[in-house]
Amino acid sequence: MPLPKRRHSRARGAKRRTHWVLKTPNIIECPHCHEKKLPHQVCPNCGWYKGREVIPITED
Amino acid sequence: MRHRKTVRKLGVKTAHRKAMMANMAASLITYGKIKTTVSRAKALLPVVSRLVTLGKKGDIHSRRLAFATLRDREILKKLFDEIAPEFKDRSGGYARIIRAGYRKGDGASMAVVEFLIEKKIEKKEEKKSKAGKKTEAKATKKSSKKDVKKTEAKKGRKKADK
Repeated sequence: MPLPKRRHSRARGAKRRTHWVLKTPNIIECPHCHEKKLPHQVCPNCGWYKGREVIPITED
Repeated sequence: MRHRKTVRKLGVKTAHRKAMMANMAASLITYGKIKTTVSRAKALLPVVSRLVTLGKKGDIHSRRLAFATLRDREILKKLFDEIAPEFKDRSGGYARIIRAGYRKGDGASMAVVEFLIEKKIEKKEEKKSKAGKKTEAKATKKSSKKDVKKTEAKKGRKKADK
């Protein structure tokens, strides 16, 4: 069975993990209610998409 | 090999999938608009497309073929008499998918599937959205205009409360 010969230093592990990066989602402003929303999605706040109401939102 | 096999299996057995597609198509015809996952929506489009095409043809044989999928006479009637005639000038692409965020329980991406039947009311809304600015001014305008309609009336009230 192959086994590690030496322990990895913390620096090595840290260097490997430099690529663990979270990307910021591309958030845009809803043209209808001006809340922040994801692109190409119905606005979760006002239920509008492409200039008309897609989902009627009844309650908050 | 699965070359050129385009069926979306959706992780369920054939019978389950067929039943699910029939149910979703029936719901879409009944309500005109349904919310489901994006994958299911994509799988549903060809099914709906076939049904509408049969509806446009409208003969007794097409009715029977459509009934084999839908299994409901009321819904079949609605498809043939109300929905299919709306699409007589359109060759395919009868329904659209609009992405609608992510489901809370499992994070599945959700979508709204709707028929491309443009109503006069919707056109009015388009104009308003271009003119409309922030919610406050809009809300008052909206609530007064939309009292005529059922669901939107509720929404207008909610916005006015804000």
